[in-house]
Amino acid sequence: MIRFVDVHKSYRVDGRDIPALQPFSLDIADGEVFGIIGLSGAGKSTLIRLINLLERPSGGAIFVGDTEMTALAELALRAQRRRIGMIFQHFNLLASQTVADNVAFPMRLAGERDAAVLRARVDELLARVGLTAHADKYPSQLSGGQKQRVGIARALANRPSILLCDEATSALDPQTTASVLELLAEINRELKLTIVLITHEMDVVRRVCDRVAVLDAGVIVERGAVADVFLHPQHATTRRFVNEALPEEAASELAPFAQVPGRILRLSFRGDTTLTPALGRVARETGIDFNILAGRIDRIKDLPYGQLTLAMQGAGVDAAMAALREAGIEIEELSR
Amino acid sequence: MNMLQKLFPNIDDWGEIGRACIDTLLMLGGSLVLTILIGLPLGVLLYLTGKGQLRPMPKLYAITSLLVNILRSVPFIILMIVLMPVTYFLVGTKLGIRGAIPPLVIGAAPFFARLVETALREVQQGVIEASQAMGASLWQIVRHVLLPEARGGIFASITVTAIALVGYTAMGGAIGSGGLGDLAYRYGYLSYKSDYMLVTVALLIVLVQLLQMLGDRIVTRYKQR
Repeated sequence: MIRFVDVHKSYRVDGRDIPALQPFSLDIADGEVFGIIGLSGAGKSTLIRLINLLERPSGGAIFVGDTEMTALAELALRAQRRRIGMIFQHFNLLASQTVADNVAFPMRLAGERDAAVLRARVDELLARVGLTAHADKYPSQLSGGQKQRVGIARALANRPSILLCDEATSALDPQTTASVLELLAEINRELKLTIVLITHEMDVVRRVCDRVAVLDAGVIVERGAVADVFLHPQHATTRRFVNEALPEEAASELAPFAQVPGRILRLSFRGDTTLTPALGRVARETGIDFNILAGRIDRIKDLPYGQLTLAMQGAGVDAAMAALREAGIEIEELSR
Repeated sequence: MNMLQKLFPNIDDWGEIGRACIDTLLMLGGSLVLTILIGLPLGVLLYLTGKGQLRPMPKLYAITSLLVNILRSVPFIILMIVLMPVTYFLVGTKLGIRGAIPPLVIGAAPFFARLVETALREVQQGVIEASQAMGASLWQIVRHVLLPEARGGIFASITVTAIALVGYTAMGGAIGSGGLGDLAYRYGYLSYKSDYMLVTVALLIVLVQLLQMLGDRIVTRYKQR
């Protein structure tokens, strides 16, 4: 468990304190994938670096497990950092070392000298990230996605309990991003590793995170289970992120449906309700008519969900809404 | 041999030129090794204590930096003369190869240190941050991250320094340190035997060229990995 208790952070610039993170408290549970989303400058890089104390908080306490990180002396802090892996947007591999030596590097730093032990662990890690054939190459000979896989293997070398991902997919193309996210999800599942990731892409959050916090100008404006935040964003910043991930939905809220008669409703289906034919049944029973304006079915991590924007007309609209809610479908009426 | 005599009528002892070559190489080798041994740690110190670096210490940096700048701004020929008492104290003579090495090192080490500082600054900040995140100590970062990552730049700095040292050794000739510079100065300048001048300058050019080629080779091998 990672706990932030009344933590805040400001930077001193030209004798003035510039606040980067307003006081906040946050708990991240063992084994979950926790996303922090925000625009650049929102403070997310600072926030993730507080966990391994690459950045020191201006106040408050940070716990990793039972250890109060903020109270540790230099030597103990270095020992703790070895238990927290980290990967970076620009990979930050040692250009002068081979892939195998990069992966072995944290183990060597921790004092492992036995070549056979190192070799065995490096082989195991490279096999996990699918780079066995590239052990003796140098980072400059690899693609971006491969470099990030080396970064992941390196971060796992000392068997950490936490993995911090600093914009790990921001420098990668969409396909490579998908495969790296898949690898992270697999690691989370199989190694029971807690993953904290920061990103500016809602899609990254949707694919791998269990919970998310939305950061806006140094303030956590919204937090919760990804499905809740994603399907019912409360704060304007969150809505913007969600709309970026669902461009067609964003358009559907606006003008084009001014001519369509009826009440405009957005139905959200989650999990099992996504797969039941509730809408047709309710329409028959209540005699309403509907017109589909926009819709999609996708997944939030492993949870299937659907969203449907309808124009509903007829005498039974209220009854239909009640029946749909009964069937476990969430309904929101959109104002024109 | 006739051919040589016709071309260089004043040169009667080629062995002297050979010995001068060896002297120059000895001075260069000895001073280069000591320059690296002193300049490399000094460069690392400058880098680490600089503003916004791993161990910022403004006062220590200012003092080191000033000292380096003073030594770099004194023309080498003056530095040699000023340092004579120090030289005598250190090696027991002001003359010959031994007498030349202390001023060469004191003149070149600050220069080399600055080049090392610049080369270290080229190392990506992110790589240093990554090793901090892995729990590396300062010494581990210097030893296993900074120096290996900057080795291309450091080898380039060594090359530049070695070539500067060739120039310095030639100047040393003026105050009796021996070597090719001494030969060019005594025979070529003071005795108007311009063929001596020509041969020594040609040999110095060859030496500098060889150093540059060797340096470039090493740098290309280590850079862009």
